[in-house]
Amino acid sequence: MTRFLDLTLSGISTGAVYAAVALALVLIWRATRVVNFAQGAMLMITTFIALAVINATGSYWLGFVAALLSGLVLGAVVERVLIRPVEGGPPLNPVIVTLGLYTLLVAVGGMIWGNTPRSFPAPFSLRGYRVGGTTLLFTPNDTFIVLIVLALALGLAVLFRATPIGLQMRAAAFRPEVARLLGVRVGRMFTLGWALAAVAGALAGVLVAAAPPSPTPLSPNAFDPILISGFVAAVLGGLDSPPGAVIGGLVLGLALSYVSGYEGSTLVPLAALAILVIVLMVRPTGLFAATRERRV
Amino acid sequence: MLTVEGLTTDYGAVRAVDGVSVQVGEGTITAVLGANGAGKTTLLRTISGLVRPRAGRVSLDGDELTRLPVEEIVRCGVAHVPEGGGVISELTVEENLRVAAVWRRGQAARPDEIYDLFPRLRERRTQPASRLSGGERQMLSIGRALVARPRILLLDEPSLGLAPLLVAQIMGFIRRFADSLGIGVLLVEQNARSALSVANRGVVLNLGRVVADQEPHQLAADERLRHAYLGF
Amino acid sequence: MTSTDPALREPAPGRATSAVRRAVGENTLLRSLVLVIVVGVALLLLSDVVTTYRDLQLSYGAYYFCALAGLTMLAGTSGQISLGHGALMAVGAYTVAKLRNTGWPLVPELAAAVVVTLIVGIPMGAAASRLRGPYLAGATLALAVGLPALADKFPSFFGGENGLSVNPSTPPASLGANFPLERWEAWIACAGALIVLFALYNLMHSGLGRSMRAVRDDEIAAGLAGLRVGRMQTLAFAISAACAGLGGGVFTLVYQSAAPGSFQLQLSLYLLAGVVIGGLGSLVGAVWGAALLVFLPNWSTDLANSFSLSTNVSHNLPLAIYGVVLIAVMLVWPSGIQGGVRALSRSRSRRLRGAGARSSAQT
Repeated sequence: MTRFLDLTLSGISTGAVYAAVALALVLIWRATRVVNFAQGAMLMITTFIALAVINATGSYWLGFVAALLSGLVLGAVVERVLIRPVEGGPPLNPVIVTLGLYTLLVAVGGMIWGNTPRSFPAPFSLRGYRVGGTTLLFTPNDTFIVLIVLALALGLAVLFRATPIGLQMRAAAFRPEVARLLGVRVGRMFTLGWALAAVAGALAGVLVAAAPPSPTPLSPNAFDPILISGFVAAVLGGLDSPPGAVIGGLVLGLALSYVSGYEGSTLVPLAALAILVIVLMVRPTGLFAATRERRV
Repeated sequence: MLTVEGLTTDYGAVRAVDGVSVQVGEGTITAVLGANGAGKTTLLRTISGLVRPRAGRVSLDGDELTRLPVEEIVRCGVAHVPEGGGVISELTVEENLRVAAVWRRGQAARPDEIYDLFPRLRERRTQPASRLSGGERQMLSIGRALVARPRILLLDEPSLGLAPLLVAQIMGFIRRFADSLGIGVLLVEQNARSALSVANRGVVLNLGRVVADQEPHQLAADERLRHAYLGF
Repeated sequence: MTSTDPALREPAPGRATSAVRRAVGENTLLRSLVLVIVVGVALLLLSDVVTTYRDLQLSYGAYYFCALAGLTMLAGTSGQISLGHGALMAVGAYTVAKLRNTGWPLVPELAAAVVVTLIVGIPMGAAASRLRGPYLAGATLALAVGLPALADKFPSFFGGENGLSVNPSTPPASLGANFPLERWEAWIACAGALIVLFALYNLMHSGLGRSMRAVRDDEIAAGLAGLRVGRMQTLAFAISAACAGLGGGVFTLVYQSAAPGSFQLQLSLYLLAGVVIGGLGSLVGAVWGAALLVFLPNWSTDLANSFSLSTNVSHNLPLAIYGVVLIAVMLVWPSGIQGGVRALSRSRSRRLRGAGARSSAQT
């Protein structure tokens, strides 16, 4: 019974991280109809930057902020410079650009920081909560993870539903040409979308870097599985749906946690693949489909 | 006063608009008529900046609009209601109105003012725009265009797909706006008769060129013209 | 009045060779045979005059070509993207490894690699035919990351981390006692590449190829015109998988081993880079891509050494260059090298024909 509880709680924690990555992918998809295959590599870079700041200043929170800020900048620059020229053309082109970016960033990460594993500090205790005599696997750090991802999701929801700029972003995402005619600076909205998405990704990066069971010995390729999981979560929830991304992330986190706990961790990548295939075959638009075709 | 001089636009290998000149004065309605493919929609899209012209000029009260980005042309006071209305179905009625107001900030019309013009929309203000009927959509798209208090209104076939009674209603609205708000309207229509009933001027396009630019009663009197280009 | 429009004038007829050329030109099968023979003889001569090291590189290029040609057909002709062709190469590689270790001879084991990958490719193709764009890319990406995990799950069957090692294929006695192994392997590899070239050339120039392009350009219209869209896309995927499988099988023979480390995600991305840079849908482009994949790692290592860059940098330099080139090609030159070549030759022929028209108009 404790095992089940442990797996459930840890599933929620990893699910929160997947949700953050899925949110990043969904934001970008909604705005520019591109799947950002470089998301994992981008959050790798921001996490390494955070680590450098932490090592230089000794403060976790400075590093945390550095990760988010560098994410903001990186996302904006990537959209403006690399993606803008291929938006609206054949859909294969942005796929290749993001894959090229992924390759380049992994290489640059390897060049600057090498492939030697490093460790990333956690802001809160990694010792499990004690509940009536037993120690759970769920830690205060896990609580932090879940809470901050929820805060991110809520913040984004408020931004999109209740602010003028969020409204403009939504209009630009749904009908860019019409939005232009309504005075919306659509290009800027796309850049902003990518910037926010990159912040979500950067958040996921610093969270997963510190969290057990895999204190991800940081190396440039260590974040590949996160991208896959985030993608599966996004597809599961529906690429057009930010709330779907959060729910998809949690569901996936739980599912993979159970698989890992009862069948062993080597099966996890295959389980993720299986879930992806099943979703794509049965309900390709995801659980929370906003099934509209994008019109210009 | 919107002035279009010698505007030429290509659509791939086709010359869709060929040396078109037209003027729209304050508070007047200029109807742009002609068969399908005559270049009417492309003309509007070139004026609002969605498409770049090959040659020619567009200016508003002397300010050059040609080759500005769409968002900047809008900020000069030009509103364009595209074919079909361009209502954003994923947003609610109220959100459609609000998003048009953002760039105008304090000066924009509040949703209430638009609901006064189109009471039907008030009932549906929190519903997604996808649930509106054809006529309601046209009302929303026109109302939305008025939110930013434009000086010039470009309307692309507002009567498309509407029942005749609604068409007459909408044409009536357009005449009222032009008169009371002093807006200059460039009205593209296939339904030439209803457009001419409210217009101050009629311009007929054929294969991208202007073949007539006269007052409505003159156009109506010219039988050859009517039969060849206007379908009545 | 003579028309001076270059497009309407026939190219000036040659001599007797033109009759032969026209006959060959009209028959795709004949043309592909001629092509294969010419290229085959050229490769044969090449393999004889170069060093054994170059023979080895020739082998690398050949097995890359198999996979690249299949992928470029899939992406260019059929319009489907796959990030999982590295995994498909692995399927072919492991098939040959397992069969070779149980004593199968050369040709049957390579044939088996083709068949097995073809069979694996059919359900994958059926699934892929229902996916579009980024969904397809994401699914094949997940495959590329997930499939190597299989080797970890069944370590006894797949040889685990170290994979399976095989004995090399020895050259037949008729070639002489001192016939270099590398040259023999190059012959095997090139034979595989020629088979792929023959098959895909015929496919791409056939009615089936035309149908695939129709589906690629407008699925709905093609479906309405009576084309079996799903079937065509599944077939394209399966065939391209079989080509990758053949490449993987040759890989095992050349490296004398099949290990998970050789078939990671990176390989699939390299393959994609190769077809994009060479030009999607172009077999000649696949040749460019193969050359790139063979020579770029060496060039970048040389580059790194000449600037005495650190090991971190030199180790990652080829990867960085791929990334930059992928991005640059998409932003500047979306049709790749072959597209650029085609554009150049088109403008040249236009100029020539224009000159011809002008000169004859003066007579």
